[in-house]
Amino acid sequence: MLIAILTGFAFAVLLLFGGKLVKGKLSILSTLIPLGLFIYFARFIGDVSSHNFIQENFSWIPSLGVNLSFKLDGLSLLFCLMITGIGTLVFAYTSAYLKGHKYLDRFYGYLSVFMGAMLGLVLSENIISLFVFWELTSISSFFLIGFNNDNPASRKSALTALGITGIGGLLLLAGGIVLGNISGTYNISEMLANRDLILGHEYYILAACLIFGAAFTKSAQFPFHFWLPGAMKAPTPVSTYLHSATMVKAGVYLLFRLSPVMGGTDFWNTTLTIVGLVTMVYSAFHALFRTDMKGILAYSTISALGILVFLIGLGTHESFLAAAVFIIVHALYKATLFLITGAVDHQAKSRDVTQLSGLRKVMPIVAIAALLAAISNAGIPPSVGFVGKDLIYEGTLHMENSVVLLTALAIITNVLISYAGYVAGIKPFVGKLPKRYENVKKPPFWLWFPPLLLGTLGFVFGIFPVLIQNTLIKPILWSIGLEASEVHLKLWHGFTPVLGLSALTIGSGILLYFLLKPSHKLISFIAKFDKVSPKYIMEKMTWAFARFSAFWTNVFQNGYLRNYVSTITLFLIILMAFTLLQETTYRVDYSSFAKLTVYEIVILSILILAIGLIVFAKSRLAAVVATGIMGYCICLLFVFYSAPDLAMTQFAIDTLTVILFVLVLYRLPKYLKLSDYKMRIRDGILSLAFGGLITILALEVLAQPVNSEVSDFYAKNAYLLAHGKNVVNVILVDFRGADTMVEISVLAISAIGVFGLLKLRLKSVERYQK
Amino acid sequence: MEFLLAIITGLLYAAGLYMMLRRSLVKLIIGLIIISNGANLLIFLLGRITKGHPPIIPEGSKVFTEIYADPVPQALILTAIVISFGLQSFAIILIKRAYQVVKTDDLDEMNTIDEDIK
Repeated sequence: MLIAILTGFAFAVLLLFGGKLVKGKLSILSTLIPLGLFIYFARFIGDVSSHNFIQENFSWIPSLGVNLSFKLDGLSLLFCLMITGIGTLVFAYTSAYLKGHKYLDRFYGYLSVFMGAMLGLVLSENIISLFVFWELTSISSFFLIGFNNDNPASRKSALTALGITGIGGLLLLAGGIVLGNISGTYNISEMLANRDLILGHEYYILAACLIFGAAFTKSAQFPFHFWLPGAMKAPTPVSTYLHSATMVKAGVYLLFRLSPVMGGTDFWNTTLTIVGLVTMVYSAFHALFRTDMKGILAYSTISALGILVFLIGLGTHESFLAAAVFIIVHALYKATLFLITGAVDHQAKSRDVTQLSGLRKVMPIVAIAALLAAISNAGIPPSVGFVGKDLIYEGTLHMENSVVLLTALAIITNVLISYAGYVAGIKPFVGKLPKRYENVKKPPFWLWFPPLLLGTLGFVFGIFPVLIQNTLIKPILWSIGLEASEVHLKLWHGFTPVLGLSALTIGSGILLYFLLKPSHKLISFIAKFDKVSPKYIMEKMTWAFARFSAFWTNVFQNGYLRNYVSTITLFLIILMAFTLLQETTYRVDYSSFAKLTVYEIVILSILILAIGLIVFAKSRLAAVVATGIMGYCICLLFVFYSAPDLAMTQFAIDTLTVILFVLVLYRLPKYLKLSDYKMRIRDGILSLAFGGLITILALEVLAQPVNSEVSDFYAKNAYLLAHGKNVVNVILVDFRGADTMVEISVLAISAIGVFGLLKLRLKSVERYQK
Repeated sequence: MEFLLAIITGLLYAAGLYMMLRRSLVKLIIGLIIISNGANLLIFLLGRITKGHPPIIPEGSKVFTEIYADPVPQALILTAIVISFGLQSFAIILIKRAYQVVKTDDLDEMNTIDEDIK
C-alpha cells in the first residue's frame, strides 16, 4: 500500500525530467497511473466485503509513536476507489481539456501529488501521518487553484483556500496530539479501545472542538465554506476532482473515522447536526442566486457536504447508512455535472446559465450525460440518487426528537439542490439555440466519455443497488463498528411515508425550476448581504491582522540603532532582575573598607568624576579628555592590583586613542545635544538600571567559590615548560601563541582599513556616484 | 574593595550604555570605549583581585612560592584591550569619513538609503 501511495509522488518527480513527453500526444498515457491504482484497489473488494481488512506497518518515528501504518477497510476502500476511479476519468479528461497547454506537465504533477496525498490520508491509521497527508492535500490544492497564476483572482482564491484549510490542518494536529495524550497512542484503532477514557476526560470537549475545526474547514462547513466557491477559479478538472468528489470529503471522512472513537455524546451529535443543518440550508439557498454553472455547483456541493455532516451528527444506524450511500451518490452525479460544465465551457466559452441554451443540438451526448446527472441529483427513480434521498428521509424520520423540523429542513435542502441540478444540467441544453452557438463544435471523445460513464453508473447502481450494497456499503458500516447484515438497498419500498416525501421533493423541485429563472437581478440582490457574510468578515479580520503586524514591526524593527539597544537591554534587565531579586545572597563586608589606602580612594574618586564629566560634558574635547582620564585611572587600578602588563598596555592604548580622537576632532561637526530632556531621563534610568544589574551580577559571582585549575596549570608550567617567568607573557606568546598571531592579523587588517579610509579621496566617491 | 570595584564597573556600564543611546555618532563611539573598559574591569574583578603579587615567578625559583594574581584574566584582558583599540581606531576614522560624505554625525539623519545622499 505504501508503494501505491508513493506512486503519485514518484510520478510527479518523474515529470520534472520527462515532462515534455506528457505535454504532447502522449498525455493520455498518464491516465495509466490512476487506472493501475484503481485496479490495484479494486482487487481488495473481495477481501473487504467478507468483513476483513488489510493492514501494513512501517516504522517512521517510533520514539514519538508516529508510524506509517495503513489500514484498508470498507471506508478507506470506498475513498480509494473514488480517488483512483474519478482520478482516472479526470486524468483522461484533462488530456483533452488542457490539450497543448504549456504547463500541462505541471498540472499532471500537482494532480498526481494530490492523488498520492489523498490516498495516504484515507489509508492512514496513525493520526499524525494522517495530518501530514492532510496538509499535503491542502498544498496541492493551493497549487491547483492557483494554476492560472497570471490571474490575480486565482492567486487570491488559492491563498484563501490555503489559509482556511491550513488553519484546519493545524487544528487537526493539535486535536490529534490531545487525543494521543489522553489515550496514550496515536493509532486510531488503538484509540478505539480507550473510548471510555477519551469520553470521560476533561479535555474531551477541547479535542472534539479541534477535530471539528479541522473537518469543518476542509469540508467547507459554515462559516468556513467561502473558500470553496473561490476555489472554482481552478480549471474544471480540478473542481471535479478535488473540490467536489474527493478532497472536500476529507473532513467528512475524518468525522466518519472518529465517530466510533469520539462520537455518540450529546456535544458531538448536537454540534454536527446544527452545523450540518445550517450549512446545507444556507448554501442550498445561496445556489439560487448564482448564474455561473460552477458557482451553482459549488454551493450545491457545500450543501451536500452539509447533508453528510448532518447525517453523521444524527448518529443513528439509518443516518450512517444514508451518509455512506450519499457519498457515492454525490460523487457520481456531482462529478458528472462538473465535467459537463467543463465540456460546455471548453466548446462554447461560457458558463453563464442566462446565456446558454439549446446546446443539445450541438453536443447531444454531453446533453444526455447532463440529463442523467440532473435526474440522479434530483433523486428521481430509477437513479441511485433516489435510493440515497430515501435513506436521508429514513434517517430523519427515525429520530426521536424534532422529527418534523429535521425532515422539513432536509426536504427544503433537497428541493433547492434539485433545482440547482436542473439549472446546471438541463437549462443550458434546452430551448432555442442562439445564433452565436450554432458553430460550436462537438467536444472530443475524452470530454464527453467520462461524464457519460459516470452518469450511466448512477443509473446502473440505482437499478441494481445490490452492486454497491455488498461490496461497499456494508464494509463501510463494519469499519465504524456497526452491524450491517440487515442492510438491503432497494429502489422500491412500496407505498411508505418516505415515498410521499420523495414525490413532494421532486414535484417542488420541478415547480421551482419553472417558476424561478436565474438572472443577474438575483445576484445583485444577494450581493447586498455581502457585508455580513463570513467571507467579508474573514477578509476584514485578515486585513486588520496585517495592519497589526505592520504596526508591530514598525514598533520593534524601526531602524533606529538605539531603540534596538534599549529594547534588548530592557528585556535583559527584566529577565535577570526577576531571578536576581529573589536569590541575592551577597552581604557587604564593611570591614574591608578599613584596608583601603589613600591612593585607592583618590583614584576611584577621580574615576567617578571622569565618568560624570564624559556623560555631562558640553564640549567634545572635554569628553575626549575625560575618556583619557578614565583610561589612566583604570591603568592605575591595574598597577595596584598586580597587573603590570595590563597597566602598560592600557597606558599605551589609551594615549593612542586620545591622540587619534584629537587628530580627527577638528573635522567633526558641533557637539550638540540632539535628544530632548524626556528622552535623556528615560535613557538615564535605563542605563542606571543596567549598571546596577551588572554590579549585582558581579557581586553574585564574587560570592561564589573560584576555580583556579587553569591558572594553576599555567603558573606551574610557565617556567618548567616555556622557560618564562612572566606568566601573562608566557600565556600570550607561548601557550596561546597561535591566538595572539590571529589577534595581530586583526590589528593589521584594522590598520589597513584606517589607512584606506584616511587616504581615500572624496573625489573618487563623487565620480563613482555619477 | 571588591564591592567598590563592582560599583565602578556598574557605573562604567551605565555611562557607556547612556552614551550609546545618544544620537551623535561621536558619543556612540565614546560609549563603546567606556563599555569596553567596563568589560575589562568586570573580567579583572571576577578573576579575584590580589594586591602586590604580580604573576611573575620570583628570581631564583622555578615555581611560585607564595600567592600570586590570577594570570588568565590578565591575558584575556590584554588581548581585549588591544582588539578594542583596533575597533576604536577604525570607528573613529569611520566617523570622520562618514561626516565628510554625509555632513552630519546625527544617526537619525543617516538613517536613510544611499540614493538620498547628495
